Parts: sequence; C-alpha cells; structure tokens
Amino acid sequence: MTRTVVIDPVTRIEGHAKISLYLGDDGKVADARFHVVEFRGFEKFCVGRTFWEMPGITARVCGICPVSHILASAKAGDDVLGIRIPPRAEKLRRLMNWGQLVQSHALSFFHLSAPDLLLGMDSDPAKRNIMGLIQARPNIARSGIRLREFGQKVIRLLGGRSVHPAWAVPGGVREPLTAEARSQIKRLLPEAFDIAELALDLLKDSYDQFNDEIHNYGDFPSLYMGLVTADGGLEHYDGMLRVVDAEGRILQNAETITYRDFIGEAVEPWSYLKAPYYKPHGYPDGMYRVGPLARLNICDYAGTPRADRELRQFRRHGQRGKPVSGSFHYHYARLIEILFCLEKIEETIEDESLTGSHVRNYAEVNERTGIGVSEAPRGTLFHEYKVDRQGILQSVNMIIATGQNNLAMNKTVQQIARAYIDGETIEEGVLNRIEHGIRLFDPCLSCSTHAVGQMPLHVQLIAPDGAIVDERVRD
Amino acid sequence: MAVITMTINDELVSGVEGQSLLSLIREQGIELPTLCHLEGLEARGGCRLCLVEMQSTQRLLPACTTTAQEGMSIQTHSERLVRYRRMILELLFAERNHVCAVCVMNGRCELQDEAAKIGMDHVRYDYLVPELPMDATHDKFAIDHNRCILCTRCVSVCDSVEGAHTWDVMGRGVNSRVITDLNQPWGSSRSCTSCGKCVQVCPTGALANKGSTVAEMVKRHDFLQWILDGREKKQWVMHNGGSEGRR
Ligand code: SF4
Ligand code: SF4
Ligand code: FES
Repeated sequence: MTRTVVIDPVTRIEGHAKISLYLGDDGKVADARFHVVEFRGFEKFCVGRTFWEMPGITARVCGICPVSHILASAKAGDDVLGIRIPPRAEKLRRLMNWGQLVQSHALSFFHLSAPDLLLGMDSDPAKRNIMGLIQARPNIARSGIRLREFGQKVIRLLGGRSVHPAWAVPGGVREPLTAEARSQIKRLLPEAFDIAELALDLLKDSYDQFNDEIHNYGDFPSLYMGLVTADGGLEHYDGMLRVVDAEGRILQNAETITYRDFIGEAVEPWSYLKAPYYKPHGYPDGMYRVGPLARLNICDYAGTPRADRELRQFRRHGQRGKPVSGSFHYHYARLIEILFCLEKIEETIEDESLTGSHVRNYAEVNERTGIGVSEAPRGTLFHEYKVDRQGILQSVNMIIATGQNNLAMNKTVQQIARAYIDGETIEEGVLNRIEHGIRLFDPCLSCSTHAVGQMPLHVQLIAPDGAIVDERVRD
Repeated sequence: MAVITMTINDELVSGVEGQSLLSLIREQGIELPTLCHLEGLEARGGCRLCLVEMQSTQRLLPACTTTAQEGMSIQTHSERLVRYRRMILELLFAERNHVCAVCVMNGRCELQDEAAKIGMDHVRYDYLVPELPMDATHDKFAIDHNRCILCTRCVSVCDSVEGAHTWDVMGRGVNSRVITDLNQPWGSSRSCTSCGKCVQVCPTGALANKGSTVAEMVKRHDFLQWILDGREKKQWVMHNGGSEGRR
C-alpha cells in the first residue's frame, strides 16, 4: 500500500533531497539514507582552465557559501605559486571568513531554525517560518536579519561591488580595506554583539522544552574533525587538521596538506555526495562530523574571552569530559562561533597595519599541486588542484562539508525516524522533525553535489522485503 | 580633398573623398556596432556587425570596408539590419564557450557590450560547445580559444604594427583557429616579441595577461594611435589622456 501525500513546499532547506527509511524486522526504522540525485560535473568543468580563475569559478558554482570556496581556492592557488601572501592579506581574508561565518550562522539560526525552536516543532507549518516568526516575535526576527546583514556588510566592504567577490586570489587579495570601511565595521559591532548574546539567551532558555529532541536528534558517538591553531585554539582559516574521537582523544594533529593520508572518500550508489571517512577506522566506522559542533569539540580553547566563557558551559553537555555528542547542540555551537567571530573581528579591526595597500604577491607556477583547506560555516572545505607547468588545471578535487557530514546526517535521520515513527505511516510531524534533524547540519546540498536544479524532499518508508510502505513528497 | 555628399538615414551629409562609410556614419553621431574593426588597423569586414543597407538596391555592405561615394543613400538601423546584427551576435556566442560570469573580461568585453546594447538576452541557436584548449605556454600571456571570435585584430596588429607576424588563422569556417607561428605553442614561438599588442587589441577575454582573475583584465588601445602618429607624422601626442581605450 503506497500512499503519496503532497504537502507544503520546503522553504527552509537550502537544497532538497530524497530520504529512504528502511524498516527492520522489528518494525522499527533500522537504517536511513540520504540520496542526492542531481549532479553537475563541476570538477570536470574546471579542467583545462587556469587555476587563477578558480576562486571566481567556484564562487559562481556554489551560491550557498561562495566566500568559503573563494578562500579555499585562493589558498590552493597560493600553494601552486608556492609563496607566502602578505600578512595583511591574510588578516583581510580571515576578516571576510569571519563575516561569512556570522552571516551564514545567523541565517541558519534565525531564519531556518528559530521558527522551530521558538514557535514549537509541532506548530502550524504554514506559520513555522521566518514570516511567522516576524509576526509572533518581530524583535527577534528583526535582530536575526540585522545580524546577518552585519556579516554581509563585512563581506561587501572587503569584496567590493560584487555579490560573489573573486576578491581573494592566488597570492593575496585584490583590494585593500579602506579606512572608511574599517570604521563602518567598528560602528556596527556593538549591535551585532547584543544580538549574539540575545540569541544565546533564547536558545539556552528553550533547552528545557527540548529534552526529547536533544537525545533523539542525532546523539551518537563519532569522530570530529576540523582546523585548530598551532596551539590547539579555535580556528577557521588555516592551522592544523585535527581529528578527535568520541572519548576526546586526539587521533591526528596534522599539516593540512597531508589530509589524504587519513581521509578516504567512499562513493555510494545511492548518493552523489561523496562520503569521506577517517581511513584508519575504515568505512563506515570512520564516520566523522565537521562544522560548528566538531570545531568546538576538537579545540582546546576558543581564544577570545566571551566565547571561552560560553565554551565552558557548552562542554557540560558532554558526558564526563567527553566531546558533546548530541547534534542538537550544533545550534549552540553555531551561536558560540558567532560570538567568537565578532570578538575576532573586533580585535582585528583595531590592527593599525590593516589598511595598507600591499595585499598581493605575484609568482609563477612553482608547484604542480595546490591544496587549500579552510573552515566553511558548515565544516572543513578542501580544494586540491593539479596543474601543468603553465598553470592549466589537470584535475580538481573538492571535499565539501556537507559530504563529510553525510554519514552523520543519515544516522541522525535514522535516530529521529526510530523515535518518532511508530508503525507504517510517516506522519506530518515526523517530516518536520527529519527536516530539523537535517538542518542541524545546515547542509548545502546544491553546493556539495554541484547541482543547479532543486531537489524535492522525498521520504520513503521501506519494508525489509523492499516494498514501499509509505511515502511523502514535498516539492 | 574633394567633398562628397550622400544620404544617411534620410539626412544629407557630406564627407571627404576616400573616407570610409563607417567613419562618416560615426561623424554624424550615429552609433554603429563593430567588432573586427579597430581604428588604426586595416579594415577587414569580417564580423559583419557594421552592415548597412543601400537604399537603391537593398544590398548590404559592411561600413568599415566600404568607401563613401557621391550620391549614395544608406540606412544604418533598418529592422532587417537590427535583426541580422542580433543574429550575428547570437551566433558568435553559440560558436564558442562564453561564460561571462567567470571571464577575465567580464564587464569590459566588447562582445558582451554589443550584446547588451542590442538587448540580446538569450541565444536562440544550439550551442556548439566545442572542446577548445587554452594555451598558457607564454610567460606573460594566455589565449583561451573558448572566447575567441576570430576578429583577427591580433593577426593584424602583430603584422602591421609590431611587424612580427606571429599570429595567423588556420582552418576554415567554424573550425578556424588563430595560431602562433606554424601552430606551435605560443611559448615556443620564435617570432613573438612578447610586446603584448595582440592582448591589448583583443576585444574579448580570449587574449589576456597570464594570472588575470575574473573581471580583472583591462585593455588599452591608445598605444595604437601613438605609434601610428609617430610613424607617419613624426608626432607623439597621447590622445584621450591615456585612458582605457575603446575602438
Ligand atoms: S569574452 Fe566576452 S562574451 Fe566571451 S565570456 Fe568573456 S566577457 Fe563574455
Ligand atoms: S584572439 Fe582575440 S583578437 Fe585574436 S582573433 Fe580571437 S578574439 Fe580576435
Ligand atoms: S566591423 Fe565591419 S565587418 Fe566587423
């Protein structure tokens, strides 16, 4: 008996996907798979072009986190040139990255998650969106919009006119920061701080209502990966690549260029998302999580006063000194990162050397391989280019945050389905919960599969014999 | 210098004998699109964008290579001409791989400009999507055949101004390709003096400085008049204040 119910459009997920839930013999959901069905041969498209063009090209292809791709691509380009970029350019790139993190996390929290958190997971779907939030809690909705604008403003002040600024380039950045832009950022900071603190209060106040969710929304042991500074602090632009296990033990603390030694990429027939895993643990046991939760789990400390204070509270959600394993806490981690980024922006903007004009170094192709790793809002982003002597790309490989969280997202969906699906029908409420579970990871599906079109959210419940027991399509 | 009189868009105008139709038309303040033509280089009549219509016979003639003659009467923007110009532009886009958003000349490209001016918002023909290489073997410059419109300005400037004749055209029709020396990688060319004139006159993102990133390439044409005035008149005066050149 197959039943297809068409319900409201998904307006809050940045990308769509098909989800299969497999029932076990006990009639409970045993496995979940996230299929990503559209694919654009992006990596192939770049082959034959020069690596100098890549920041601009990747920014255009991924509309969801263009800044992250520009930065990873520019860094891979620096590596091909084999040079050190001017210190000022590095500070400016970091500044843009922090701006990107603030705007992206603000979007995730206020626009995509706050409706669920503040209006309730089971509230009327027609109102459980940013418009509904504007009606019910206008101040909060407006604050979210303002905070996002702050991040975007930082990006725009640095990158200039364009929305997808190909501003970071191999060798540095194209334009310096003007004194006027610097003081604009300074003026806007206090309000941004207030909003970040407000968001933290809101989230923490709502925690009591979500006891079930905290335990059922992707709470499981896994590895965590991300960048840390040379001495173990929170890091988003450069540094060491660290892998930590579920007990909190550091398994790797390696130079980013060695990532291939311990990260493998599995390809699954059911998804175009590559599924990276930690090689020493094999596939799929080497599942790891990236993104805000992972970054806060792997670092020894944040490195700014307010964020460190929050980090200590955050860590109480982990069991006895272990990493925080509940994916629900991605929300919390995101807000702490916003605070951290604002503090870093505040600190950097005071740097007198920031506005000088030397921001780009030039060189020819010196290395035939270039690797650029940085932290996108959603997690670690890898760009690896192989070029010929002239700089023409021979191959391009990218590992994207959402791909790395693929296995963890499956597991989260599975947990939610197990907890909230009883019997053989998919209730409306469950769909919301699945959606929220996926949203914890803030996936950028169109980016990570390089798809241009839109994918519907399509959930199927499949019996052990392969029969589709129930099905729901959201278009 | 004898004066001639003729009619452009139903207006009587006068010019000098031997003057090209194009220059006479532009003297009247009429905007006529051109791509292969560049002031200072020999007119070729290749792109056909500057076609005008003879009132008497309805014949179409390229204004850049046609000499203005006493008693001529032409139209520059008849419905048919505008339609053809748009077709020509669409065909140019369909023939190679133009992705303006990631092009080094985005925002300053003559092809893109002409398309925008004529209101071309999409291409009605199937794209040929040819597989074309980039040649980045030269130390300073790169050519991306995906963006070449075969205007042959590079061939012309290299031959007539620099005197190196490094560039040429190989093949026929849509398979034509500009080449350096006898189709050797540009970097191994022995005739190329690396002066960069070809790069500067190229109307699109086909020729660019190596290492240029998206929308970063700026081209200047003012050196052309400078060299030619110096050569022919022994006069060295920089016109237009040395600003970014156009036509
Ligand atoms: S050469 Fe001009 S028309 Fe072609 S892609 Fe570049 S900007 Fe666009
Ligand atoms: S390379 Fe440039 S100047 Fe040469 S023919 Fe092609 S478009 Fe014209
Ligand atoms: S400008 Fe006259 S034919 Fe090209």
